[in-house]
Amino acid sequence: MNSAAQFRDDAKRLTHDLRHRELIQSALKKYEVARDAKKARYQDWESARVEASDIKWDAVNHLDAHLAEFARNAEAHGTKVHWASTGGQAREIILGIVREKNARSIIKSKVMTGEEIHLNEALEKADMSVVESDLGEYIVQLRHEAPYHFVFPAMHLTRGEISDLFERELGSAPTNDAGELTMIARRALRKKYITADIGISGANFAIAETGMVSITENEGNARLTCALPKVHIALMGIEKLLPKLEDLALFLPMLATAGAGQVLTGYNTMYGGPRQPGEADGPEEFHVVLLDNHRTRLLADAEQRDALQCIRCGACLNVCPIYKNVGGHTYGTTYQGPIGAVITPHLRGLQDWKHLSFASSLCGACTSACPVKIDLHHHLLQSRRNARGQKPLWWEKIAFKLFAVLANSPALWALAKPMARFGQIFHPLVKATRLDPAYVWTQSRELPKVAPQTFKEYWKGRNP
Amino acid sequence: MTERENILGRIREALRVPAERHGHGVVQNSPSAPHESHASDWLPVVGESFEQRVELFRANAAELKADFHLVDSREAAAAHLRELATAKGWKKVATHTGELTRSICADLGVDILITDDGYDVNEMETCDAGITECDALVAQTGSVLVTSRSAGGRALSVLPPHHIVLARRDQLIADLPAAFALLKQTYGAGMPSMISFITGPSRTGDIERILVLGAHGPKHLAVLIVG
Repeated sequence: MNSAAQFRDDAKRLTHDLRHRELIQSALKKYEVARDAKKARYQDWESARVEASDIKWDAVNHLDAHLAEFARNAEAHGTKVHWASTGGQAREIILGIVREKNARSIIKSKVMTGEEIHLNEALEKADMSVVESDLGEYIVQLRHEAPYHFVFPAMHLTRGEISDLFERELGSAPTNDAGELTMIARRALRKKYITADIGISGANFAIAETGMVSITENEGNARLTCALPKVHIALMGIEKLLPKLEDLALFLPMLATAGAGQVLTGYNTMYGGPRQPGEADGPEEFHVVLLDNHRTRLLADAEQRDALQCIRCGACLNVCPIYKNVGGHTYGTTYQGPIGAVITPHLRGLQDWKHLSFASSLCGACTSACPVKIDLHHHLLQSRRNARGQKPLWWEKIAFKLFAVLANSPALWALAKPMARFGQIFHPLVKATRLDPAYVWTQSRELPKVAPQTFKEYWKGRNP
Repeated sequence: MTERENILGRIREALRVPAERHGHGVVQNSPSAPHESHASDWLPVVGESFEQRVELFRANAAELKADFHLVDSREAAAAHLRELATAKGWKKVATHTGELTRSICADLGVDILITDDGYDVNEMETCDAGITECDALVAQTGSVLVTSRSAGGRALSVLPPHHIVLARRDQLIADLPAAFALLKQTYGAGMPSMISFITGPSRTGDIERILVLGAHGPKHLAVLIVG
């Protein structure tokens, strides 16, 4: 099944699933309340957005300079920097490190670029034991499932389902208590940090002037992943750059507030190299893998380039009426929601993923939620235009040509109005059936009534 | 050609077409401009006096479910820790050598693991608490700023189930911009390999967005300002 058909079928099924809808909407309601409360504490959230957008604009539009500076500074502190044009190259680089170290077990903190390049599959194929340590990621890994949301991976599951899963996979006693479930995972993962040969993490930001990567998390699992194993590998997209260390003073709280309704996320940690002389612990080696994987294709589209400013907070998913109804898995992408709909066509091909641009009400809630002011809903429109420009639909072209003739001729238009009113009387006979010319619309929606009087008619007939 | 050159080449090629900037129109070939930050003007407001900052830190800590105490002497801090050790039944704690930790942990009455010159991680795993110093406390966010150099390495502040932070009065700073300025001033070009803002005990909301403390890191965080 192609990605568009899969999207259509899953969306249809899930929009009718009331249990799913209630679970997602109650979770996102909690988020919304917390986010609004924290946003209200800012002296000026809107000015903060403008400044954040400006900083990221500069970072993305001078990416070559910032990346080179980052690599130079990272290497100066003993970090090994690797460059990967494709997912395959990134996998090979990581497998190469794993083989060189004779590693058997790997602990991972959350890394979405890893999902993007199917890193776990590659490592498991090479006979590695790979364990996700973020609680949500651990749960979806046990279910052999992709993350449902790139910030809240297991948002679609109830306590009961997670308890059943743990009972089946870990042999734990059933419980309905979220705290108890978390402790089951804590106990299961505790030893893994200590015995793992390699820790793999992502990065939320990379700082050009210091050569550091910054990792944001709540659980402490990334802190442990980057502290105990002998080797730490951070995999990140090339767009994660920020010019200055102090830029984090703005981005860390904005990421927390927009992404999860927090003042600041539990742990915000910057790593600038392997263990230094005089330090008590830390890995002997620190590798950073910089991944392109078609990000430069998005960079080349000046109109949509600002999508590379994304800090993956997930705010646009959380407010999106489409996401709330069709759910995260329906997208079939690593990055779901509005930002996923904008960047996936660039990362994986416009014709295969254009349907995501059409699955939008264009309400603009995503654009107003975005902390770095990405013009998300206009990009969806541009993608529609680009997709049709590349590959026009014959019937759409004919329909628009006919409409142009009609709309350009006052005589035809005057004739069409009463005809439409007359025709609509008979519409209920075929409404929402295959005979209905407006079937695609009317199968789940009402067609608006043609007004009994046009504005022109009203204006002529009004009492002066 | 190396992949580095390939990627940088593709980036330069892509950037030949200038992009629009919000509110500025299309910006042609501008050099990367050092940017003047106004973050302190947009972020949550922080009072000027020590008392105001203590109150803000206290309110943030309460919201984060962290313990916060302002004690007036090292003896009082040591007494507080002895009480905690007895109440929680601690058998062993891990710490590092620092001016505050040395005097306050000297007479705790439990076994002590010092991380300074390396340690056995299995031994640290059995410790009931980690006691560290810090670089700063951030009033604006209720955060503790630690580094691999100031707080006994990377694991000490996150592996044991209880983390105790000892800070001096003058370490309470206003906001995040001040924290980054302090880091640059303290370490310059020789930054520690790990810098971490710890904001509350370890937490997760991954199960039905229900808040649970102690996901992987410490379930309890206590901050003591020793005045």
